[in-house]
Amino acid sequence: MAEKPKLNLNRVPIPKQTPEVRRRNFNEVALGYTDEQALEEASRCIDCKKAGCKDGCPVNIDIPEFIKAIRAGDMPEAARILKSKNSLPGICGRVCPQETQCEMTCNLAKKGGPIAIGRLERYVADWERDHPEIAEQQKERIRFNGKKVAVVGSGPAGLTCAADLAKLGYEVIIFEALHVAGGVLMYGIPEFRLPKVIVQSEVDYVKSLGVEIKLNHVIGKIATVDELLENGFDAVFLSPGAGAPVFLNIPGENLSGIYSANEFLTRTNLMKAYLFPEYDTPIQVGKRVAVFGAGNVAMDASRCALRLGAEEVYIIYRRSKVEMPARLEERENAEEEGVIFKLLTNPSRFLGDGRGRVRAVELHEMELGEPDESGRPRPIRKPGSEFIMEIDTAIPALGTRPNPIIPSTTKGLELTKWGTILTDEASGRTSKERVWCGGDMATGAATVISAMGAARRAATDIDKYLRGSTEWS
Amino acid sequence: MCKIVKKEILVPNTIYLKVEAAEIARKAKPGQFVILRVDEVGERFPLSLAGWDEDRGTLEILFLIMGKSTMKLSALDEGDCIRDIVGPLGRPTEIESYGNILSVCSTFGIGPMVPMIKALKEKGNKVVTAMEARDKASLFWEDRLKSVSDETYVVLGDGSLGKHRRVREFITEYLESGNKVDRVFAFGRIFMMMDCCRATKPFDIKTIVGLTPIMVDGTGMCGCCRVSVGGETKFTCVDGPEFDGHLVDWELLIKRKRAYLREEAQAFNLWQPDNLRRIAELSELPERISVM
Ligand SMILES: Cc1cc2nc3c(=O)[nH]c(=O)nc-3n(C[C@H](O)[C@H](O)[C@H](O)COP(=O)(O)OP(=O)(O)OC[C@H]3O[C@@H](n4cnc5c(N)ncnc54)[C@H](O)[C@@H]3O)c2cc1C
Ligand SMILES: Cc1cc2nc3c(=O)[nH]c(=O)nc-3n(C[C@H](O)[C@H](O)[C@H](O)COP(=O)(O)OP(=O)(O)OC[C@H]3O[C@@H](n4cnc5c(N)ncnc54)[C@H](O)[C@@H]3O)c2cc1C
Ligand code: SF4
Ligand code: SF4
Ligand code: FES
Repeated sequence: MAEKPKLNLNRVPIPKQTPEVRRRNFNEVALGYTDEQALEEASRCIDCKKAGCKDGCPVNIDIPEFIKAIRAGDMPEAARILKSKNSLPGICGRVCPQETQCEMTCNLAKKGGPIAIGRLERYVADWERDHPEIAEQQKERIRFNGKKVAVVGSGPAGLTCAADLAKLGYEVIIFEALHVAGGVLMYGIPEFRLPKVIVQSEVDYVKSLGVEIKLNHVIGKIATVDELLENGFDAVFLSPGAGAPVFLNIPGENLSGIYSANEFLTRTNLMKAYLFPEYDTPIQVGKRVAVFGAGNVAMDASRCALRLGAEEVYIIYRRSKVEMPARLEERENAEEEGVIFKLLTNPSRFLGDGRGRVRAVELHEMELGEPDESGRPRPIRKPGSEFIMEIDTAIPALGTRPNPIIPSTTKGLELTKWGTILTDEASGRTSKERVWCGGDMATGAATVISAMGAARRAATDIDKYLRGSTEWS
Repeated sequence: MCKIVKKEILVPNTIYLKVEAAEIARKAKPGQFVILRVDEVGERFPLSLAGWDEDRGTLEILFLIMGKSTMKLSALDEGDCIRDIVGPLGRPTEIESYGNILSVCSTFGIGPMVPMIKALKEKGNKVVTAMEARDKASLFWEDRLKSVSDETYVVLGDGSLGKHRRVREFITEYLESGNKVDRVFAFGRIFMMMDCCRATKPFDIKTIVGLTPIMVDGTGMCGCCRVSVGGETKFTCVDGPEFDGHLVDWELLIKRKRAYLREEAQAFNLWQPDNLRRIAELSELPERISVM
């Protein structure tokens, strides 16, 4: 056996726009590795025999192999390896929470310097986008097998299931409610974290496999799931996400100037309100903005508000820093850009200006008590700590519930007590024959890659079932 | 892309369009609406279905020119295409046999009222219609309403027709003179619907109204269309658009509708010169004649 090489634990940092500059523009924050940086980072990977990294990736990318291809300078091969398991590498490389997935299980993580797998994945995907001729050569020839599958929703789950099935020869049609494909990738995650041209180029890849996307089709309205099954589809995969916003339920919440995070982000990202009046959809931010909640969605909303011109943006959260659910990286990005964190604070009501617009919010301080059912300390209101904060805009970012349109129009779909569709985790099967489900609609709000993992498992099971190698029950 | 197959200017600020959208036409029901985007930079905005033809695969809509989006839509011609149309959205009207119906409509509310009255008649209801318009020049589709209703009354705001200037006065008199009404449906301008509810309240007659808040997605995803009904927050696009008018918080609705007045004016004013320039280019004017 050769001599053990010396471990290099210094991750190559990714270049970023400086906070002072990026807080006022919608261009991508992280600029991506240069060729030299990518090579240097790839060279740190020790090509483990028992590669822990692979266990952390829900779609089982052959991580050591694609990194080896980068080291060897064989970019087409690196791209091929990625694409064979992940149809959306440019997206995942940017938005996967790698620190709790592949990078957490990388063997070097224990020693404090996991390989920057996400950044390398992004690097390869970006290279491939700049070399469309390679993708063309690598295109597999697909022979249709005569079976037809309908996919509802074109978020990461829907795109993944469609791509996997198309590669196996199925005729796949995706039905999407909005006027563009991509789901949260288009309407939720902001341009500066995930440029929309990247989403569209990966959507185009899925289309290039023969998948048809019917936009402006709300299933449950223009056709029900049962009608799809009756009219020629052999199977239906449901991936409509968990898109209904949750509000605070406090007085004054319907004043103008109070946006759900979904509305605020949809106006900004999907409808491009940051380009108003060149684009027709308006948005109002004013000078002082309060965002309620401290998850990733709250970070995105607060950073959008800054970029739309707000002078002061507050994150208002009822627990303390350690309980904040947002990724550390996003929190740091927000902080660097000047978002102000007001912790242990909770709103009790909104005050209007007399003409229907929000003028202020009444807040009170909280302290932490015994752990609650979530295991986190329960926030308790401090008596007599109320105070008023003047604001122009308020954005509750408290999470989402499943949208009821599909459950309420489909016979025989069992739901959980949270309103999600009851789904077998391993196969994606629902309680209704020939109907599978995956993504946020099955799990509640989760991550892009977990939605994709579930979609892949469902695609495998759909294929098995339609080839007749398993019974429904 | 949906092609416009027919366009009519009903009255100077109200346009009627028939568009190709076969799949929507197959599923449309009274009381539902569509959301449109005129072009790539356009906003999403809702319009009610004024009719549909399953066999020909067409939808009918009519709209009042209010601001930039409706102005842009009005600038399209037969043969042109609308970028996106999604629907049918919203819950259909609850069509039952109620007995005697009073249907009240004005401006763009006249459109959705026609299929609704037809459906109500098919269920054996007697339908009396009262339509309101500002003056004779802004009156349209009187004949259509007449042809589907049992009786039709016209109220003109300038008082040039009979003694009433507002449909509210008509309703009060109609009810006071002992006419039995089991349910009222009102569609149109918010003030008209609000007025109508005030008139029916003392008689305790259930009054269904079609609300028109600002919308974005139309599928329950954003919460922009929230209204307060009976003290509860509802999303108009999925829980409505029809609600019991006696329970609606009208003040809130009106204030929320006005949220973007400044931006709407800005968008409209900037668009107009731009549009004139385009018209000039299209109509091949001699170069000397400058429009701007
Ligand atoms: C602001 C924000 C930031 C996030 N950031 C991250 C991140 O950094 N990293 C990460 O991993 N995850 C992130 N997430 C979570 C992640 O985006 C979701 O978990 C993921 O998108 C779920 O995928 P999905 O395919 O299940 O659903 P979605 O992405 O929600 O897509 C569902 C699609 O179905 C469509 N649809 C809904 N109903 C119907 C119907 N009846 N008929 C037809 N179509 C329908 C919707 O319009 C939508 O396009 C974020 C989420 C948000 C909101
Ligand atoms: C369920 C429903 C059905 C409707 N049906 C019809 C119809 O059949 N015919 C018709 O003429 N109008 C209808 N409307 C109203 C129509 O959507 C607005 O008049 C239109 O959006 C105005 O857009 P604009 O850009 O031309 O005007 P703007 O200058 O943008 O706005 C003028 C006014 O229209 C309202 N408005 C603006 N944007 C929106 C939006 N995205 N969604 C809803 N309202 C908005 C606001 O009150 C605003 O003050 C309906 C609205 C709803 C909610
Ligand atoms: S898809 Fe996500 S989890 Fe898998 S290797 Fe890439 S970054 Fe890691
Ligand atoms: S575990 Fe880490 S070091 Fe080992 S192969 Fe995977 S990425 Fe490379
Ligand atoms: S328009 Fe978005 S929820 Fe109704």
